[in-house]
Amino acid sequence: MTAGVPAVMRRPAFVTAGLLSTVDHKDIGVLYVLLGLVFFVLGGLEALLIRIQLATPGAHILDPETYDQIFTMHGTTMIFLMAIPLLVGIANYMVPLMIGAEDVAFPRLNALSFWLTLFGGLLLYWSFLAGGAPDAGWFAYAPLTEPAHAIGSGIDYYIFGLAVSGAGTIIAAINFAVTILLMRCPGMSVGRMPQFVWMVLITSVLILGAYPMLTSDLVMLLVDRQLGGRFFDPSGGGNATLWQHLFWLFGHPEVYIVILPAFGMISEIVPVFSGKPLFGYAYMAASGVAIGFLSFGVYAHHMFAVGLGDAQNAFFSLTSMLIAVPTGVKVFNWLATMWRGHVRLEVPMLFALGFIATFVIGGLTGVSLAVVPIDLYVEDTQYLVGHFHYVLFGGTVMASFAGLYYWFPKVTGRLLDRQLGLAHFWLTLAGVTLAFLPLHWLGIQGMPRRVWTYPAGLGWEWSNLVSTIGAFVLAAGTIALLANLIRSLRTGESAGDDPWDGFTLEWTTSSPPPAHNFDRPPVVRGRRPLWDRKHPDRMDPA
Amino acid sequence: MSADAGIAQRSFTHDRHLVGMALFIASESTFFLGIVVAYIVLRDQGMATAKTQLDVGRTAIFSLLLFSSSATMAVASARRDRLWLAATALLGAAFLTGQGLEYARLLRAGIRPGTELFGTAFFTLTGLHGLHVLVGLVLLGALFLAATLRPRRIGPVAWESIGLYWHFVDSVWLVVFTVVYLGTLVG
Repeated sequence: MTAGVPAVMRRPAFVTAGLLSTVDHKDIGVLYVLLGLVFFVLGGLEALLIRIQLATPGAHILDPETYDQIFTMHGTTMIFLMAIPLLVGIANYMVPLMIGAEDVAFPRLNALSFWLTLFGGLLLYWSFLAGGAPDAGWFAYAPLTEPAHAIGSGIDYYIFGLAVSGAGTIIAAINFAVTILLMRCPGMSVGRMPQFVWMVLITSVLILGAYPMLTSDLVMLLVDRQLGGRFFDPSGGGNATLWQHLFWLFGHPEVYIVILPAFGMISEIVPVFSGKPLFGYAYMAASGVAIGFLSFGVYAHHMFAVGLGDAQNAFFSLTSMLIAVPTGVKVFNWLATMWRGHVRLEVPMLFALGFIATFVIGGLTGVSLAVVPIDLYVEDTQYLVGHFHYVLFGGTVMASFAGLYYWFPKVTGRLLDRQLGLAHFWLTLAGVTLAFLPLHWLGIQGMPRRVWTYPAGLGWEWSNLVSTIGAFVLAAGTIALLANLIRSLRTGESAGDDPWDGFTLEWTTSSPPPAHNFDRPPVVRGRRPLWDRKHPDRMDPA
Repeated sequence: MSADAGIAQRSFTHDRHLVGMALFIASESTFFLGIVVAYIVLRDQGMATAKTQLDVGRTAIFSLLLFSSSATMAVASARRDRLWLAATALLGAAFLTGQGLEYARLLRAGIRPGTELFGTAFFTLTGLHGLHVLVGLVLLGALFLAATLRPRRIGPVAWESIGLYWHFVDSVWLVVFTVVYLGTLVG
């Protein structure tokens, strides 16, 4: 320990007393995950309000203005304050352990990242008390956000909330990238890094290429709103479509920013619970890189209805379909990893399997949306809502749950309860299906997204009711998760250092790890250092 | 931060500050890319005002001062010399003064961020760049102070990473000057 790494020696503990001043990557990781879970519950409550309002035709549970605020806050919360903190938190805790480092490259900046994200979230939510939350949807299309159309201060809170939490995410990305590039332990060559580390590295690069684009978009919107600017105001010569271009130049890479680490977690969990090395390691890493590159070249598929022209639409349609290829490589490699393995259906593995199943459905509807005529038909309908909830809930959230069950024993020293975990898993899988599958039908039948209510007699009643029931099933699953977390923290079965017969370095240290992570500096000679240690007779080829 | 002792003692470990700065500059480049793209997209609507109001010649002279500050920074960084550092800061401050004069002239002509599209785009782009120059000046001042008060604690990495940032601020102006000022000569 030195002045360069100001993490003081502390007792190994799940949550230390000095959380407010901590610069230990493990404490900050836990704080991030807790932040993500709190906002998961808040965003989930907003989702329940939306589904209650839509459960029956002609309902008046929320007034239209509140409804607009609630769906805007639901989306904004889930993207920026749930998905990002959950993934950044898990990466914060695990990446240094997985590469045999003692902390991240810049521990103090790491703490700054967390606090910026937290205060960005608080700023956003303060809008409710300051006269009304933002109400222009999570992508806040101009000119709805221009001063003439958004009179309250909600959009200003949106600007500052996202800019501040976004700054935290940018700093986190710099930290991850430098840590992974410069702080790997001896023997941990790039070709031996765990897939999760690979995906976090690619994600960090995507964040550096995408988040500042959102910041510049937000700054211009701020100029429009506070200095009377004309950037996005067509009546003043500005260009409303410009906002869309810049937003989606951020927004589509963002989709991959929240799914690539999820892919990485699945690539850690599937091999361990199949008792086999990951199939096609190099292709898994390369497909991640390919997805990263393509993610900047597909963004205008969000804008087919704008009328950019046939050439542009065809280009973005093709690139969007192309991105299914590296994604498919990953899915087939996970299946090949399980093939003829000794698959153990522990809870993390169940969530991983649930992830693969639901994500493939969401991915396929995504390819259908890349077809311009189909997109024009279902544009801004519930079909789209169904699609992205399959990839975000069925994808990012399911994978985060898998990671939570997988690594909770490392973080706390205790296993999560299997029975409650099974309840959580099946409720989640059933909830995703009930809540989001009917939305596809509704969209094809013509129900737009973001409508406050709808008349009876259009044939939309049953699907909406089923979707609302599904939302409550998901809420029940979440209660099972929270009960499990709280109960297992106190009375859970002791986990030991390596409860899953794992492969990677984090399982070689104690649970929870000491402040300096490893008592003896690890040295690796292959992709599965712990396997090598346990099976000196059958070591992986170096 | 002084010596580093990671799990592995490696010679390049201390370079994490340089790599970190390079990645920060990458993110800043993305940020300016968004603003510059917006300026280019909206350029035609503001072209008439830009042609009549912008003083290309005088700004070119002040730009030369900023560009030459990159050279003095390179010398300062290589020799870790405070005199060259002060020269860099002076050139940067002179550039900002030039920007101030340009702003004062435009404001006197009644052009503000809220009056027309040209004002919106011009003040946003050049203002954000000016802010970055200002941050650079603060960094140069901090480096100067630290090199004066605690010369032993300021390693080459501090000089190099602040120099990297300063070169970045200069190169952004190369783009901005080309798009905003030189653009009026050909557009």
